[in-house]
Amino acid sequence: MKIPSNILTLIAGIALTLICLWYGQNHGLMPIAASAEARTVDELFNFMMTIATGLFLLIEGVLIISIFKFRRRKGDLTDGPPIEGNIPLEIVWTAIPAVIVFILAIYSFEVYNKMGGLDPMASHDMGTQMAHHHHNDNLVALDLEGQEMALGLGASPGNKDEESLVVDVNGLQYAWLFTYPDTGVVSGELHVPVNRQVTLNISAADVIHAFWVPQLRLKQDAVPGREAQLTFVPDRVGEYPIICAELCGAYHGAMKTTLFIETEAEYNQWVQNNTFAQESFLDEAVANYHVP
Amino acid sequence: MQSSTVEDPKLALNYHKELKNEGTHGEHPDHRMLGVIVFLVAESMIFLGLFGAFLIYRSMMPVWPPEGTPELELLIPGINSIILISSSFVMHKGQSAIQKNDVPGLQLWFAITAAMGAIFLLGQLYEYSHAEFGLTLNVFTSCFYVLTGFHGLHVTLGLLLILAVLWRSRQPEHYSENSHFGVEAAELYWHFVDVVWVILFVLVYLL
Amino acid sequence: MSTATETKENPVSQNGHGSSHKQRKWQDYFTFSTDHKVIGIQYLVTSFFFYFIGGFLAEIVRTELATPDPDLVQPEMYNQMFTMHGTIMLFLWIIPAGAAFANYLIPLMIGAEDMAFPRLNAVAFWMIPVGGVLLISSFFVGAPQAGWTSYPPLSLMSGKWGEEIWIMSLLILGTSSILGALNFGITILTMRIPEMDLNSMPLFCWSMLATSALVLIGTPVLAAALILLSFDLIAGTSFFNPVGGGDPIIYQHMFWFYSHPAVYIMVMPFFGVISEVIPVHARKPIFGYRAIAYSSLAIAFLGLIVWAHHMFTSGTPGWLRMFFMATTMLIAVPTGIKIFSWCATIWGGKIELNSAMLFGIGFISSFLIGGLSGVMVAAVPFDIHVHDTYFIVAHFHYVLFGGSVFALFAGLYHWFGKMTGRMLNETWGRIHFALTFIGFNMTFLPMHQLGLLGMNRRIALYDPQFQSLNQVCTIGSYILAVSTLPLVINVLWSLIKGKKAGRNPWRALTLEWQTTSPPAIENFESEPVLWAGPYEYGIDSENEDEEDVEDMLTEVSAQS
Ligand code: HEM
Ligand SMILES: [Cu+2]
Ligand SMILES: [Cu+2]
Repeated sequence: MKIPSNILTLIAGIALTLICLWYGQNHGLMPIAASAEARTVDELFNFMMTIATGLFLLIEGVLIISIFKFRRRKGDLTDGPPIEGNIPLEIVWTAIPAVIVFILAIYSFEVYNKMGGLDPMASHDMGTQMAHHHHNDNLVALDLEGQEMALGLGASPGNKDEESLVVDVNGLQYAWLFTYPDTGVVSGELHVPVNRQVTLNISAADVIHAFWVPQLRLKQDAVPGREAQLTFVPDRVGEYPIICAELCGAYHGAMKTTLFIETEAEYNQWVQNNTFAQESFLDEAVANYHVP
Repeated sequence: MQSSTVEDPKLALNYHKELKNEGTHGEHPDHRMLGVIVFLVAESMIFLGLFGAFLIYRSMMPVWPPEGTPELELLIPGINSIILISSSFVMHKGQSAIQKNDVPGLQLWFAITAAMGAIFLLGQLYEYSHAEFGLTLNVFTSCFYVLTGFHGLHVTLGLLLILAVLWRSRQPEHYSENSHFGVEAAELYWHFVDVVWVILFVLVYLL
Repeated sequence: MSTATETKENPVSQNGHGSSHKQRKWQDYFTFSTDHKVIGIQYLVTSFFFYFIGGFLAEIVRTELATPDPDLVQPEMYNQMFTMHGTIMLFLWIIPAGAAFANYLIPLMIGAEDMAFPRLNAVAFWMIPVGGVLLISSFFVGAPQAGWTSYPPLSLMSGKWGEEIWIMSLLILGTSSILGALNFGITILTMRIPEMDLNSMPLFCWSMLATSALVLIGTPVLAAALILLSFDLIAGTSFFNPVGGGDPIIYQHMFWFYSHPAVYIMVMPFFGVISEVIPVHARKPIFGYRAIAYSSLAIAFLGLIVWAHHMFTSGTPGWLRMFFMATTMLIAVPTGIKIFSWCATIWGGKIELNSAMLFGIGFISSFLIGGLSGVMVAAVPFDIHVHDTYFIVAHFHYVLFGGSVFALFAGLYHWFGKMTGRMLNETWGRIHFALTFIGFNMTFLPMHQLGLLGMNRRIALYDPQFQSLNQVCTIGSYILAVSTLPLVINVLWSLIKGKKAGRNPWRALTLEWQTTSPPAIENFESEPVLWAGPYEYGIDSENEDEEDVEDMLTEVSAQS
């Protein structure tokens, strides 16, 4: 294999490194991040983007150079050099990706752990420990003989002991229903105070839905017959879309609502405004609920 | 190998009959048994899928079978199991017979096997008609019917294979000591169905 | 043995056999023929037929998505469109197209006269049109609309008969694929000419071996899932219906146990195609034969233990997510080996940049993007964000279109001469490539960004902020639609007027080039001789360099 002069290779290498380092940070592909955990996900993505850009440029570069440099000249019927392999080189390109994915796996594991993915409360398979939550769960219609599964993302290890604002989230064709067990508020929108830990108990009434807030980088399927949990600490005031990400029928695309991350005061105001209307709304909701 | 110019069109038609090693174009060693084995590997994956699902349900439910499932009757299925398992041995006698070129022996043992298979199926039907639960009562009963039913389908198919062997064996010289693929295939299939039944019986009835 | 006489075209000798050698009739292509070459072409033509249907549905989908509102088709209809698009493209286009190449090439490449079980082979083929027509007929009762994944409970609640037809059709197509795989595997293992051991097989055979193993292990599990789903749908059981105590997640596990391997079933045959096409047109041995061969096996094995990466958000406990993340990332290693080896094969070669090679290089460059985004979505925290978004749609089209379809076209340009006796036209081929490459990237590259920004998939109506990018995609998809015209024109024109191919237009070394084009009914006039490994290019180039150029030129003109 003929390698271009060393200096050129070196310059190309440095340029490639600089480009991918720059692009990895400045791709601008992600929406705003509204929690610290979302930003760790972004860092992970940036890291992956950096490596991917490098590999992309390297391989496309090889292909493009080959197309121009190693073209068969007209009338030349001879073959190229009979190189059938190169063991050291093959070891290198087996080992480097192996190391990269190893690092990536460790890094992802770390991020996942930070997001609370390994919190036993939330990520365990068979959650008898979720039973305590059952008493005010009058909206979970499909209770399977007491068996519940808690799945999803729990509290970050750092915030474990913090008191969460608990909201029950129920997905049904084609709307989200949010119940605040503490205050009894029932709403079609999700309001949460900024910088306070929120725990969502996610369930579904009819088919599978998925609760997704792109700006939190969080998604969790709402599976009928199971309950899943998402815990997060929003830290950026604003309005963000809540999107159903799992095909749930014809109007799946319309199954959207809004997440309001508000200051403590705004949030309290909202709770007050809504408590009085709660009785009638709940009746309505439950009535809705028992329609098959 | 010879050139195709001498090829006899008749040979080409007989492409896959057991004409061994005549050195003609178009012949190759007989891989049909290998084909049956590979096919059975695929078949066993279906059962593995179904059994896997069954085991997951079993491990997920707090009570298994779910409350309100009537007890399974064990007597008839037990007898049935014994019949099916012993039929495998009976059938093997048939194969041993043909290896000694004993066609009547083959016919005898295969006929007995077929009868035993038929009894198994009748027993299964009897069990269905006397079961105190329906298909849709709960996940256990659904599994019960689907697993035994799917297996029963395979027994039926195996039975048809045996009958086909019997039918063909009336033709003199159809099976001989060194050419009896049909016999071997039917037998292997039957053993397979048997093994599946043993697993099924343990999972569904005993556990 | 002398090869010089063998490689000379001798059209008269075929007829010379007179009555002893049957001639191929055009009617054979419409009958239950057991000739692997007829079956291969039947597969290929059938799959192209369904490709056009699937592509037409895709154009409806894209046209609908040109605007944020569901104005072209009703949302319900939209769901039917993409469900049928996905199902057709996977089960009636890519999988049968892979089988087409396998059928046509395996016996030729290993010097056999036919497959191990020709009749079974024909049965397997004829199940495809049956399953396909059945699937299409579901439009009369309301096509399935739960996506190609058909997750319950939704699939149990939307259009019973459409769904049942979908299940039946998949069972038929799955059985066909199992029978095909059984045949491929056994043929490769047992019917090679005696001199060819496993490690001197063409790499296409290796990749088909791995593919067949996956089909045989995976597809039956899909069948099991579909049988249970069918009971839920028709008989009122509740295996997957939580209302009766069932569990929809079990369906997902069973479905993906097949359907993850299925993506390798769809792409691995084409890895094999690329490993054949590239060395020939780069005039260089494949770089790292064994690494490529064994990495197929590694991919097949790992492919069986990664399925739950499709379920990171649905109901897998944390530790399981980590396990599946690790195995999924590991697959990147053997896949990377292949990509690097192909690049190293090209590097330093004497590249003939014809249509086959253009599609081959196009394959590497697009599949690379699919592979890189694949490693990204293996990372659980990131996948949680992009799962079920357009990022995923982009990812799998880069794998399935940029990967499989590009390689399929490369194979088509490469072997068309062998299959029909006439070469495809290069100019039209290049136009076809340029349009496909531009259209493809324009359609699918922006989808990455759409997904990251928050556009979920399978929606007929979307947030207006995404409209401009969507319009780029839609225009790209029209270019893709147009790109099929040069192909169709080229194929029709070349069939009648194309340049005669001769035995070995590419001066390639694998056995299929030792026989006539198209090959005689039982492939070889006499048993072919393995006088070189499949990729031993350049071995005698030193001598050839000194050869008189005059001599070579006369040789060339004599050949054409
Ligand atoms: C002709 C060019 C193609 C275009 C313009 C196209 C476009 C699309 C679009 C826009 C979707 C997303 C629909 C949605 O989520 O709402 C989609 C889905 C899909 N496409 Fe394609 N596609 C093309 C070719 C292919 C090919 C060649 C394959 C496979 C070999 C394929 C396989 C799929 C699959 C499996 C889905 C998922 C369907 C589902 O969500 O159930 N597509 N396609
Ligand atoms: Cu939805
Ligand atoms: Cu997968």
